[in-house]
Amino acid sequence: MKVDALWLRAHVIKAIRDFFWERGFLEVETPLLIPANAPEEHINPVLALPSWQLQTSPEICMKRLLCKGHRKLFQISRCWRSGERGSRHLSEFTMLEWYRADCDYRTLMADCEELLQHVAATCLPGRRCFERHAAQIDPFAPWQRISVQEAFARFSQHEVWDCLKKGLYEEILTSDVEPALAGFDVPVILMDYPAELAALARTMPGHRNLAERFELYVGGLELANGFSELNDPVEQRLRFAEANSARRSAGQAELPLPEPFLETLATMPPSAGIALGVDRLVMLSAGVDTIDEVVAFTPEDL
Amino acid sequence: MYTVADLKKGLKIILDGDPYLVVAFDFVKPGKGQALYRTKMRNMINGSLLDRTYRSGESFEPASLEERTMEYLYKEGNHYTFMDQQTYEQVVMEEETLGDAKNYLLENLKVEVMLFGEKAIGISLPNFVNLRVTETEQWAKGDTSGNDSKPATVETGYVLRVPPFIEEGELIVIDTRTGEYSTRVKG
Repeated sequence: MKVDALWLRAHVIKAIRDFFWERGFLEVETPLLIPANAPEEHINPVLALPSWQLQTSPEICMKRLLCKGHRKLFQISRCWRSGERGSRHLSEFTMLEWYRADCDYRTLMADCEELLQHVAATCLPGRRCFERHAAQIDPFAPWQRISVQEAFARFSQHEVWDCLKKGLYEEILTSDVEPALAGFDVPVILMDYPAELAALARTMPGHRNLAERFELYVGGLELANGFSELNDPVEQRLRFAEANSARRSAGQAELPLPEPFLETLATMPPSAGIALGVDRLVMLSAGVDTIDEVVAFTPEDL
Repeated sequence: MYTVADLKKGLKIILDGDPYLVVAFDFVKPGKGQALYRTKMRNMINGSLLDRTYRSGESFEPASLEERTMEYLYKEGNHYTFMDQQTYEQVVMEEETLGDAKNYLLENLKVEVMLFGEKAIGISLPNFVNLRVTETEQWAKGDTSGNDSKPATVETGYVLRVPPFIEEGELIVIDTRTGEYSTRVKG
């Protein structure tokens, strides 16, 4: 890896930190080693000690801090997801998460716009654009917002509900929709996901089958995932049970439930939270194709 | 058996009975969704490329391929016979499988034969082979037409361009990677 990518990485992380400090967010550090993550059908935690796992995301602890009355929080931390390795994945990676009380996912979309503009302005002087596969993506031009249903209708020959029923959602998303998103020269917000794809998100008022979840794409690369948080402990417990039952049917081990989180969830104010892949933001800043090029060492180097 | 987690560039697996080489691989996992393993594979028998996407839980049979030094014996119709000098085992390959390699096959030439189980699926040749010119026009001294090469046929029947000074009966060196004339064997 080139030395300048490490410098750029340090600058991007500093720019993120400055951005949230300037806006009055509290920077927190929550434990990386925890008894339970939020169980997800397709995310496998790394088991570190008997009955302890490495975090797959800091979400559980950060939401408990919202319950304790903190209103604007951010954290840059390491997360681990077993078995994830590819040109855009490392099983140990760096995540930025931020949370806001009394806001919904639309406030987070505005945060994303300001954050990416801040990073581009401070870390990419002169250019002020991100780069993916030699294409320039301008965060200062008006962003695109497209609903998931609309994106499937426009960019694939399929209807999203139909894909979900047939188990083809991920395939069509990655083969038809994401490549089409790569054609935009501005960041794209893909929003309003089918509720079954948003285990921890609030459903949209008046639309039980849709969730207030969005994903940020820059040059076709999935950069962040945010949503209006579900704060109904009964519903949340039900969704965790569904995830575990899906895991059981797929022959995967069931995961323990984060009980203290479920117990305090009812006290969480209406909130919104988002996770952004820092390594990927550095990839877009450096204009490199693989995540290997923006970390000091890959697992294969060790 | 391999699982999807073992997939990587360079892996050889069996698909629909044929050996395939993984030439490109990536792991994709959109937004908390199911992981997909995208591969591009080359059929090691006919060279065709194939894109396949796998999900976790699938498994593959490894393709065991073996390379053995064999000697080219003879051709009958469009079938070419090779023999392992140690075991006297013989394999037959069709002209189509050999591709351009057939242009350089002279009896007793030693080649590396790629075997998939019992089946020979290809050969690798030495980079350079010596072949005798059986037919070419005489170079008229003082020819000023400006042609710096002329066609020549070698003993395998292969026709290539050679410099004008090459004469019938001469031994020349051919680069099997490009199919082109390389130099003249002196003496």
